[in-house]
Amino acid sequence: KNGVSNGTLYKKTFIEHFEQAPMYVAVFTFVGFAVGTIFGYLRDFMRAWGLEKRNIATEREQQKDFVPLYQDFENFYTRNLYLRIRDNWNRPICSVPGPQFDLMERVTDDYNWTFRFTGRTIKNVINMGSYNYLGFAETDVNALKTVTRELEKYGTGVCSTRQEMGTLDKHVELEKLVAKFLGVEDAMVFGMGFATNSMNIPALVGKGCLILSDELNHTSLVLGARLSGATIRIFKHNNMQSLEKLLRDAIIYGQPRTHRAWRKIIILVEGIYSMEGSIVRLPEIVSLKNKYKAYLYLDEAHSIGAVGATGRGVVEYFGMSPNDVDVLMGTFTKSFGAAGGYIAGKKGLVDFLRAHSHSAVYATSMCPAVAEQIIRAMKCLMGLDGTTQGKPPSFLPSFLPSLISAATRASLWVWVLLAQAKPHPAARKYCNGSVKEILLIVILIL
Amino acid sequence: TASKEFSLDYFLYFCFQAPAYHLILEGILILWIIRLLFSKTYKLQERSDLTLKEKEELIEEWQPEPLVPPVPKDHPALNYNIVSGPPTHIITVNGKECINFASFNFLGLLNNEKVKSAAQASLKKYGVGTCGPRGFYGTFDVHLELEERLAKFMRTEEAIIYSYGFATIASAIPAYSKRGDIVFVDEAACFAIQKGLQASRSNIKLFKHNDMTDLERLLKEQETEDQKNPRKARVTRRFIVVEGLYMNTGDICPLPELIKLKYKYKVRIFLEESLSFGVLGEHGRGITEHFGINIDDIDLISANMENSLASIGGFCCGRSFIIDHQRLSGQGYCFSASLPPLLAAAAIEALNIMEDNPDIFQTLRAKCERIHKALQGISGLKVVGESFSPALHLHLEESCGSRENDVKLLKRVVDYCMNSGIALTQARYLEKEEKCLPPPSIRVVITVEQTEKELDKAASLLKEAAQSVLN
Repeated sequence: KNGVSNGTLYKKTFIEHFEQAPMYVAVFTFVGFAVGTIFGYLRDFMRAWGLEKRNIATEREQQKDFVPLYQDFENFYTRNLYLRIRDNWNRPICSVPGPQFDLMERVTDDYNWTFRFTGRTIKNVINMGSYNYLGFAETDVNALKTVTRELEKYGTGVCSTRQEMGTLDKHVELEKLVAKFLGVEDAMVFGMGFATNSMNIPALVGKGCLILSDELNHTSLVLGARLSGATIRIFKHNNMQSLEKLLRDAIIYGQPRTHRAWRKIIILVEGIYSMEGSIVRLPEIVSLKNKYKAYLYLDEAHSIGAVGATGRGVVEYFGMSPNDVDVLMGTFTKSFGAAGGYIAGKKGLVDFLRAHSHSAVYATSMCPAVAEQIIRAMKCLMGLDGTTQGKPPSFLPSFLPSLISAATRASLWVWVLLAQAKPHPAARKYCNGSVKEILLIVILIL
Repeated sequence: TASKEFSLDYFLYFCFQAPAYHLILEGILILWIIRLLFSKTYKLQERSDLTLKEKEELIEEWQPEPLVPPVPKDHPALNYNIVSGPPTHIITVNGKECINFASFNFLGLLNNEKVKSAAQASLKKYGVGTCGPRGFYGTFDVHLELEERLAKFMRTEEAIIYSYGFATIASAIPAYSKRGDIVFVDEAACFAIQKGLQASRSNIKLFKHNDMTDLERLLKEQETEDQKNPRKARVTRRFIVVEGLYMNTGDICPLPELIKLKYKYKVRIFLEESLSFGVLGEHGRGITEHFGINIDDIDLISANMENSLASIGGFCCGRSFIIDHQRLSGQGYCFSASLPPLLAAAAIEALNIMEDNPDIFQTLRAKCERIHKALQGISGLKVVGESFSPALHLHLEESCGSRENDVKLLKRVVDYCMNSGIALTQARYLEKEEKCLPPPSIRVVITVEQTEKELDKAASLLKEAAQSVLN
């Protein structure tokens, strides 16, 4: 699993390290699960025979003879294994998810069956859990000036879909800005990142198409692929040989059983896989896609704003052009501190989505205050808001720092040589012209 | 050695004793066997082992379709209405000021000062986004408070919040109904329900809209199927999915009869109350209050907060036994970021207003009745929807022949109204994706903020438009 760079396609070396868990850890994990399962059966037995109190919610008396809603074994994991450790998740906080936040103190009196808030808050806990990559989740009044203004003007809801009466001027402004930020022709924004995937992939592919999806893709991509009705084939995580083999087999042998040609082949990958920490091998995938005429759908939920020299995502990180990727998708939840998602690409693609996306016709559009938060974050990243927080001023040519250091070095050389030729009183203070000391100074300068 | 020689001698002796034809025949047979043993085997079917060159040729030749087909320039979706400013009672559409009859802002809470100030306070405290799903520090105390308030308002045990209205019912249905289960759903169910059913991979049985005899027939058929295979029937879950107030037709479902069918045939009911929450019932609790039914009889109520509560998101409420399951298996809940706190705070404030002013529901109902009566008798357009439904449809009485022409005709009516100051919209559908595509229609939405004069103006304008365009 250790990544090795394919030298010709990558502009700089790209190496990823994945530490393998030691054998004893894996063995003890399985042993732990086994022990937990045995104890689970024991406790279920005790509960069934009334030896232990039943804490779980049960079906209504009048509906006891209905078909049970959950099979016993479906809930076994939840009841016996997850319940033991479930106080680690869903912990409520009561402040902005900035670098430090306030956690609500939560205790359980009956071994995680129910929780009770003591009313105290644990203040200034260091936050290493929220996806606040660039720190735009803030409450600074100056920073949120425009958001406050737009919230006052527009209110919180939109109450209509994009195609009916829900397209506000704010959405049009945001879409233009997103397109400019990414360097593509056009973009469309949606109200929820999860829904962006699950409602647009079915619009792009249908029956008779092939989806090649990475092993570890997010649930939203998997759901969108399933809802589309296309055939799904899975390639090993970040493994280009597996992907190439699938592509070749798909084109050569066509659809299963009928051997008709596939209508189109689309590759679904993510920019950064949040549960693994791995980055997609974009140059290799783009070269494969160009060779085999497939389409690429890149989900940059975690990588937009976070990777790349100016935050344009994995496309910039690898030094490639946004035209290499057919469909650029991303969410605003992580780096921009807002909510929602976008799809960007060529104008034809975005026009098609405006007409045929499920979200445009049936789902509400984004709240305008949230749109304003994204606008202000993007303007900061592009340097359009006049500050240099996001982008240093570009009127300095980039070679200037190296020019300055070269000039300094040259002038020091000149001084040393002149001091040698005609000993200057200042130079005499430091050296009396002997070779050893000249050498020392030369080494210092270098 | 003696016996060997003996048998060989005897063998040769008998060989020469046999007739010539026999020897020749045996020889030929032996030679044939040897040939068969050494010849190449062949299979009955031809193996298609392609050579590398052929494979490369196939790869060269294959041409995919373009990623998206081109969209014609005059597609209605590309010439959409752009609203400048907030979509409140007076709305500026494409630069023109109109009275808003198109946004689902039933209780007028979009522009409410108290709601806005609650959202501002939340913005100052929490910022905009939550930067995480509910499981990973994305649960804020506002979310917990909103869930408690919703559960208390609807008088159920528990409620769960989603960050998007569409995802609410589309995640709730697949959490309970899996492959092999049976779902009976109304034909006029909205698209979100259809997507939830598709994601669940269950057996879908459609019954005619609001037709209880058709549903009973389907249930009886299922019962006879069950008797053939009782073991399978004991583990197959059954559900009925209906909407309180249907978005596509504007009428309500006959809930008391459904409850009777529920207990008779042992099916669970999932009720989708996006339009009826905050509209029906004495206190706005929805269709269960409208009919006076005990809320525990409904297994799951799902609604979105984007209509009456003028926020974004959705919720499901019901008994803890049912709702708690979604916290681990609702996909839109576990794998998506949580609702921004300012929207949750706005929803809480909207709930407060709903609880403090229960007379707005009666006012809304009166306005609906008024316009329903005023719109009767327009030549060429017929009103579809209950008299107390705030979202009506206007269908063409006679279709022109094709759906495209109907849509164009209705667009002219809508444009006429918009030019005269009433903002209307056509109901939009994805024609190829819907299971039972409703006919093209104009959507008329009634809100509490519209005055009686404006309602009368809208009705008379529609009459004029119908006269001039359709005749």
